[in-house]
Amino acid sequence: MVRIRLAEQVLSRAWAEGYVPGEYHSGIGEEAIYVGVLGQLDNDDAVAVDHRSTGPLVARGVDLTALMVEVMGRQTGLNSGWAGHMHLMDREARVVADGIVGSSAALAVGQAVAARQLRPGAVAVAFFGEGALNAGLVLEAMNLAAVWELPVVFVCKDNEWSITTHTSDVTAGDPRARVDALGMPVHTVHGERVDQVHHAAGRLVERARRGKGPGMLYATCHRPGGHFEGDPLLRILRHPRAEAGQLAPGLMEGVRSPTGGDRRDRAAGLATLAARLTTAARDWVVRPGRDPIRRGLRHVPKEVAEEIEEDERRRVVAAARRAVHALEWPDRGAGEGDA
Amino acid sequence: MTEMTYGQAIDAALGEAMARDERVLTWGEDVQLIHRDLVARFGPTRVRDTPISEAAFVYAGVGAAMGGLRPVVEVMLVDFLTVAWSALVNAAAKFRDFSGGRWPVPLVIRARCGGWYGDGGQHEQALWGSLASTPGVTVVCPSTPADAAGLMLAAIETDDVVVYLEHKLLSERFLDYLGGSSRPTIDFGDLVPSEGASGPVRQPLEPTPLGSSVLRRSGSDIGLVSVGVGVHRCLQAAEVLAEAGVSAAVLDLRSIHPLDVQAIRDLAAETGRIVAVDEDYIRGGLTGEIAATLLTAGVSSSYRRVAVESTIPFAPALEYQALPNPERIVAAARELL
Repeated sequence: MVRIRLAEQVLSRAWAEGYVPGEYHSGIGEEAIYVGVLGQLDNDDAVAVDHRSTGPLVARGVDLTALMVEVMGRQTGLNSGWAGHMHLMDREARVVADGIVGSSAALAVGQAVAARQLRPGAVAVAFFGEGALNAGLVLEAMNLAAVWELPVVFVCKDNEWSITTHTSDVTAGDPRARVDALGMPVHTVHGERVDQVHHAAGRLVERARRGKGPGMLYATCHRPGGHFEGDPLLRILRHPRAEAGQLAPGLMEGVRSPTGGDRRDRAAGLATLAARLTTAARDWVVRPGRDPIRRGLRHVPKEVAEEIEEDERRRVVAAARRAVHALEWPDRGAGEGDA
Repeated sequence: MTEMTYGQAIDAALGEAMARDERVLTWGEDVQLIHRDLVARFGPTRVRDTPISEAAFVYAGVGAAMGGLRPVVEVMLVDFLTVAWSALVNAAAKFRDFSGGRWPVPLVIRARCGGWYGDGGQHEQALWGSLASTPGVTVVCPSTPADAAGLMLAAIETDDVVVYLEHKLLSERFLDYLGGSSRPTIDFGDLVPSEGASGPVRQPLEPTPLGSSVLRRSGSDIGLVSVGVGVHRCLQAAEVLAEAGVSAAVLDLRSIHPLDVQAIRDLAAETGRIVAVDEDYIRGGLTGEIAATLLTAGVSSSYRRVAVESTIPFAPALEYQALPNPERIVAAARELL
């Protein structure tokens, strides 16, 4: 978990410093879900993940330097520069990431069919967010897994946000009831508590291995880093004054426009935007009680915790140094990638 | 004339259409945050957030259009529109024909497309060739703010199904998330064509006719034909060719379908040499369609094409080589001279 957090911090900082092209979706806040679930798997088990793929790949033991070089957009990376962070994959580790929301559920169904025929006893695990439970693809995949009694464990990471829309605004009912209706067990856990996750995942994995069919682990978590680095809502929260200066003219023009909705529409429009911001301000902070790393380290004596943190820091910093060195950018020397 | 960015111009046209006609409304993922100025003007009912349910909310757009509304359904990236392919190919494109021409589907699907900024093969495709291959679908991609506004107005006014593609390299908002004030360490400036990202827009806004191209640069030796950011890459290539004494014309198609066949034929007849430049895939797409146009017309012209021949790689150096960059265009032109 500590290693994942440090790798995420390195890559988020690398993004801010301009080393990472395009987008970067960090999985800070989800570490215990990956470690708790993947700790129950063997080499024969397969894993399908979403756009937050750094955590699961690190947890599966993929080479840190190769991963970082890939995310930083070089041909010497894990996927020869073809993938980037949203599409990372590693055949040996049997992990595939896909940026199309909900596809991981269906990919895991196929992996489970293959596992049952070619690697009896092996399982497939899919990670996706609660926003994906509104994608037909996920519901279709779960139905398929249920009727074919496949060895799949669906892991839903509920961080309460679908991109930058609050999931409750676009979701009817409790989505777990949809899974329940398929006759599949649903275990709900606090996703920041690795012991809970590990225990509940163990029951579902074991059940799947014994041919008893699929199940869902529903892990609540929080997403302090927004949807991606550069998230517009997060920017407003971090730099309210500067961003207000950018946003205000357009909003005022909208509100004052001689044509458009009536006064009630405009008031409702502004109230909607204000509510969005207030909810994000409430949700998108690192809350110590919901920080999987802090909670996890409490399970071991203080000296051991410090030792773990120090060892992992050394390991991740070394990987980051090698990665930056591998970039061979003339204006950047090795050793600037410290977390 | 008002100076506008590409994104502002699109929303100005959408706002204008919404103000004129209460049947015009928009929905899609995160649209309330993205088009917050429209939310402030029209309220949260006519600018509505959807769940991540592309198949359902694009199909719902078809139903709403048949029910009498004029929806502009937004799909965050055109890559995600593939999840709702059936709504476009099997429903939107078909239903007017199935009704014997009696029941039109006045639907606009607005989707961001295109690359050059490092987002990888699943998040920066163009896909307009595939979109335009189904009868009954109009596909446009503006290359300037003036056309961004004009084509959006035209797309909403027509009773046809229109896929309106908003190129991310020209649309400041997306780039601003990934660079700009998010991280000053990244500057997309070198890659962003300035005349495409912001420019004069005529007021009051006027529709740009669908299926009509515009000549962006005249020239007599060779004709470069493209759409979207490709037009600007052609203009860059034309500058390089001019230094070598070659006079290159640049034709901006604006619509992938209907294709401005007459303009392509005329340009080929004038120059005798055509280079078709496409940010979409080389197979089954725009460049082949341009070649077929020339052959069918019987115009005597030599021809080359520059398009995307592989998955678009993520690493910036590989990405640049895979896309139709000015160096590739110049090299193709030189082969014909």
